Amino acid sequence: MGEPGGHITLEGVEKRFPGGLVALQGVDLRIEPGEFVSIVGPSGCGKSTILRLVAGLDTPSRGRVDAPAVTDSGSAATAYVFQEPTLMPWASVFDNVWLPLRLTGQSRAAALGPVNELLTSIGLGQFAGAFPAELSGGMRMRASIARALVTRPRLLLMDEPFAALDEITRSRLNADLLAWWQARSLSVMFVTHSVYEAVFLSQRVLVMSARPGRLLAEIRIEAPYPRTTAFRTSQVYQEYCQRVSAALEGA
Amino acid sequence: MMSRRLLPVLTLGLLVLGWEALVRLAEIPHYILPAPTLVAQTLWANLPSLLASWWFTMKITFGGLALAVLGGVAIAAVFALSRRLEAALFPLAVLLQVTPIVAIAPLILIYVESTTAALLLCAWVVAFFPILSNTVVGLRAADPNLRDLFRLYRATPWQRLRLLLVPSALPYFIAGLKISGGLSLIGAVTAEMVAGVAGRETGLASRILEASFRSETPKMFAALVLLMFTGVLVFWGFNALSRALLGRWHASERP
Repeated sequence: MGEPGGHITLEGVEKRFPGGLVALQGVDLRIEPGEFVSIVGPSGCGKSTILRLVAGLDTPSRGRVDAPAVTDSGSAATAYVFQEPTLMPWASVFDNVWLPLRLTGQSRAAALGPVNELLTSIGLGQFAGAFPAELSGGMRMRASIARALVTRPRLLLMDEPFAALDEITRSRLNADLLAWWQARSLSVMFVTHSVYEAVFLSQRVLVMSARPGRLLAEIRIEAPYPRTTAFRTSQVYQEYCQRVSAALEGA
Repeated sequence: MMSRRLLPVLTLGLLVLGWEALVRLAEIPHYILPAPTLVAQTLWANLPSLLASWWFTMKITFGGLALAVLGGVAIAAVFALSRRLEAALFPLAVLLQVTPIVAIAPLILIYVESTTAALLLCAWVVAFFPILSNTVVGLRAADPNLRDLFRLYRATPWQRLRLLLVPSALPYFIAGLKISGGLSLIGAVTAEMVAGVAGRETGLASRILEASFRSETPKMFAALVLLMFTGVLVFWGFNALSRALLGRWHASERP
């Protein structure tokens, strides 16, 4: 595993879209290497915009973003998982996961071992040759996460990745995601609508206000990892959820 | 499954039988409406010469279609690169498309010296528009999230074209190809009709014209049957191609 790189910082970030919509205002944020941070907030509060800025897919109108995708060009240190699995429908699971390596010039033969190993560890060992249309929603999302992890990124950005999945698939993927995160030295920024998901996963939950998006509150979830179903049903968990919900009420 | 294949054959068979019965019972003279058996006999008797004409029509049809694919895709790629060029040139393509081919074919035959080249141009004019407009849409239809992903991983323009834009555009292109295949045949036949029976090499349309001048109705039907079979074969061929290319992943071809 590569050593965790520097932290990610946003300083006084403002994002104004053409047409005058102010998506973000005065956002200051710092993510430590290896940290798992969730961002919750009402719809349209600019949660996804933060991820896009950190991924270098958008530039801030004001302020500064310091992240691997912005500072060092040409590295694949940042990975992005979208709300939809966003797989190439014409390519097999293997080819989809190989894509980020392929774009950096790695041949199929060279990628064969690492990709198959990763697929096995992510629960898709049997499905390397399957096409996305032949998979269930949960398995498609697994493939999407495998594609994100294949470059061994330092930072994983996840934009409501499990929002479209059923409850059972979702909690299983939550638990697996924590295991994958712990096995790698990896920072995760996780955007979600679900207070419960945010508390279960994160070390820190950031609560955002409605438009223009600002950071309202920061709640540290001190519970130790590995977190299991026991944590999900515990009193502490309930209390954290109530605190985050209360902070959201003010949003 | 069996009935889905059998049903159209059965319908067609009944239709032909009814036609035969009608001609025999009503004693319709063969120069008005020949019976299917007579058409088949005529087709068989004239097969070598009809096949030579058929081959000529095929060359025009597929030549025009090949040029339409080349031209349509190349122009679509240019349009996809520049919205400004598209705005400037697309109306011309539309103009070309909405003008009936029968109306411009005589002009093309005047301006282009070689009849074969003129016929090819006519087939091209009708066949290229569906490929152009579909491919333009297809090249723009790539999933925006996948585009972002390619940006995130810093794909080169060539990688983006080959691994993202071309596969995204493929189903649209194929849909255009299916339409253009039939249109190209129509374009070729129409142009031959306008060109008349002159020339060393003549296609099926010229044979129909020629037979019509001589009131050889059964021969007209024989040539027509050959044309229809060709049209159906073209349609089947492109459907099979579509299934082979899109079968496993695209919604249009999945059961």
